[in-house]
Amino acid sequence: MKLELRGITKRFGSLVANENINLVVESGEIRSLLGENGAGKSTLMNVLYGLYQADGGEILLDGKVQAFKGPGDAMAAGIGMVHQHFMLIPVFTVAENVVLGNEPVNAIGGLDLDTARARVKEISDRFGFDVDPDALVEDLPVGIQQRVEIIKALTRNAKVLVLDEPTAVLTPQETDELMQIMRELAKSGTSIIFITHKLREVQAVADKITVIRQGKVVGEADPKASASELASLMVGREVDLQVEKAANKVGEVVLSVANVSVLDDREQRAVDNVSFEVRAGEILAIAGVQGNGQTELSEALLGLRHTIKGGGDITLGGQVLNNLSVRKHLEAGIGYVPEDRKKDGLVSEFSIAENFMLNGSFGKPFTKGINIDFASRDEISAKLIEEFDVRTQSASTPAGKLSGGNQQKVVVARELSRDVKLLIASQPTRGVDVGSIEFIHERIVAERDSGRAVILISTELDEVLALADRIAVMYRGRIVGIVDAKTSRETLGKMMAGVAA
Amino acid sequence: MSEDNKLLKEIMSGSPLRITLSVLLGFIIGSIFMAVFNENVVATYASFFSSPGTTFQVAGQTIVDGYVALFNGSIINLSADNPVSMFRPITETLRLAAPLIMAGLGVALGFRVGLFNVGGTGQLIMGLLGATWISTRFDLPWGLHMVVALIVAIIFAGATGGLVGFLKAKTGAHEVIVTIMLNYVAIDLFTFFLRTPSLLLEHGGGGNPKSDPPALTAQFPRLLGDSFGLNIGIILAIVAAVVYWWLMERSTIGYRFRMVGHNANAARAAGISVERTYVWAMAASAAFIGLAAANQGLSATSGLTSSIHANIGFDAITVALLGGSRARGVVVAGLVFGAFKAGSPTMQILGVSPEVLGIVQALIVLFIAAPPLIRAIFRLPKAEVK
Repeated sequence: MKLELRGITKRFGSLVANENINLVVESGEIRSLLGENGAGKSTLMNVLYGLYQADGGEILLDGKVQAFKGPGDAMAAGIGMVHQHFMLIPVFTVAENVVLGNEPVNAIGGLDLDTARARVKEISDRFGFDVDPDALVEDLPVGIQQRVEIIKALTRNAKVLVLDEPTAVLTPQETDELMQIMRELAKSGTSIIFITHKLREVQAVADKITVIRQGKVVGEADPKASASELASLMVGREVDLQVEKAANKVGEVVLSVANVSVLDDREQRAVDNVSFEVRAGEILAIAGVQGNGQTELSEALLGLRHTIKGGGDITLGGQVLNNLSVRKHLEAGIGYVPEDRKKDGLVSEFSIAENFMLNGSFGKPFTKGINIDFASRDEISAKLIEEFDVRTQSASTPAGKLSGGNQQKVVVARELSRDVKLLIASQPTRGVDVGSIEFIHERIVAERDSGRAVILISTELDEVLALADRIAVMYRGRIVGIVDAKTSRETLGKMMAGVAA
Repeated sequence: MSEDNKLLKEIMSGSPLRITLSVLLGFIIGSIFMAVFNENVVATYASFFSSPGTTFQVAGQTIVDGYVALFNGSIINLSADNPVSMFRPITETLRLAAPLIMAGLGVALGFRVGLFNVGGTGQLIMGLLGATWISTRFDLPWGLHMVVALIVAIIFAGATGGLVGFLKAKTGAHEVIVTIMLNYVAIDLFTFFLRTPSLLLEHGGGGNPKSDPPALTAQFPRLLGDSFGLNIGIILAIVAAVVYWWLMERSTIGYRFRMVGHNANAARAAGISVERTYVWAMAASAAFIGLAAANQGLSATSGLTSSIHANIGFDAITVALLGGSRARGVVVAGLVFGAFKAGSPTMQILGVSPEVLGIVQALIVLFIAAPPLIRAIFRLPKAEVK
């Protein structure tokens, strides 16, 4: 089905999220929408899916103007969407999930599961999905769950399929399989809109690329264009994708983790008998697909989560930290950039200045006795805002009003301005614009060069390869192996799927 | 963050516009109530269709009379023939506002930490128990007696609040459930004390649960002589508001309280013990309520019964909400509701039902507490909730 967007404009108050966007996707075409976070990709897709009403412009399917009042209309017209976060019910089977909201019924009004199974099987076989209709969704790997979402869309006769950042949760191998599926679907005539910020994937699978910046289409590109060309188009200026990094001078062991296990919120063993060391002046990257224990490990290193008794020790600069309070961990010299800044790193309602003193309310330089030292806080805030290039009108702006990149700079500035021995940076550039990514990467390398130990936890292989001196790969709570930073992508990909190097 | 915490945040972020509209709407609906059910107005209903004008005229007159009476009863009595009765209303407003401000600050503190302290009544009564015990069973010099009773009231109430925080921190029990249950415990415990001769029952008293009047050495000194009831309570309330402002806006303790209230996860990652904060915040919240307890217990000149709590623990919630949990707002809200209390007898004398004030008070808070409702009525844009 041919999709045409004509002059789509969407405003939120004074903010123009989409401005006069034109886009034509031919039947059987894979079109990549490329753009930074906040460029307006998701808004555009939500307009297409009927979740938002456009303030201007029209949507045409095969030349006919559509008026979607909600996702129901969009689905009926043949538009399917696979969200970044799956909308599946874990305790239902694949077949039950697929027919949910559209259930086939038998003569007496009961659920006709045989028909449901047959539908799943038919689509699964046609495109080589290899999905068992009777498997419980919660037992399936993430990659397969995503296929269930795609099947869900296809059983509703989706002719235009929108995939919103589909590879964020996949291993490199699963990503390859997804791309294969996308090609199969396109061959059968389905139009695919593929939203991403990963240049490599765009180059691999797209027929055409549309780049969006600040709510506007800034150009179309050919998939054969080089990565730095695409990045420059996306950001609007020359971008240096390489991180300048001199050889490091490795010092003594700062952190040693020996046979540590950690439980997650469901009392499952999320970190399973993990051991590693980090030395002064090196960046140890912990790579792996999201949800393989990295979060729990980082929380344990800060003391937010207890380690299981009977395991070994977490030692920082000679001090055993096992299960001490978070405050003791911070005082021992840990800087911590959490993976979810809004949840753990910032208080959105607090001003930037208040956020700078978040973990500094117990002593100098932010306090005088039990009073806040406002003069000193203002001085430090002004300095950090300047030094870390936080784009804001003043230090009294609430942190929640800043863009993602600037929020992250506030967190990074706070943690790097403390005198720490070890910096733990968890997904330090997630949801951050390209300009800020460069800046944050440089600062992390600078920390390493100044002789601090750095742990970088990242699910983005590009980031890991750009920054790491050594790479530890985690899979299902275990460290599959710790390898040199020059290890190939293929090897790392296999390790991320659990195969030891 | 859970749904009710999000709502609590939106309620707390109460914009001045929304609060103004809530007050306005509360008064409008209150006025309608006042008019529709007034005796004189009801009498005109029979002839409503022949002369509807009369009904509206009488109704309008009733509303005007009502609010004039409220003014005369709570600010300045313009029809008085001597200065004492002329100015007594404003001093009564101040006297009645004092405990509302004190307890309102306590509830407000809880809100700022994300805690809903509906246990004001129980904490107030525990404070009263302490204050009464000191003021009726001990002999101490003038002044010192009062100070000791006041401190004991604060400690008793604070400990009760701290217990709630402790139960929440250790067991995860929700503070709303715990405080409601402790309200029952406290009220019955106090009655038991009042009934027992060896504890608080008045000397030579009968079977009624009632204490001795507080010793003269422990009573709050009056500010304007014996013709006015106004005592140092209002000064203590203002001092409490200043302390509250300093604690919440200037000190590191309040900073951490607010941090936990806004984002407990971030506070945890910043090395703050959220559990311990809950204990201290509940204790601090209840300590302000303990001050209100001292005010009630030591302002009295006759023996106390358990009704002395005068529902202040619940009224404090409305004060905190209307005041936006800020020191200045709580003082203003306390004065407004204090004026309501002072003015209602005058309204009753004029045949205007003073119950309307209770309805106005409740409606104001209801509108403040239901942001979507007031937004819908006035078609305000939806607030940004992060």
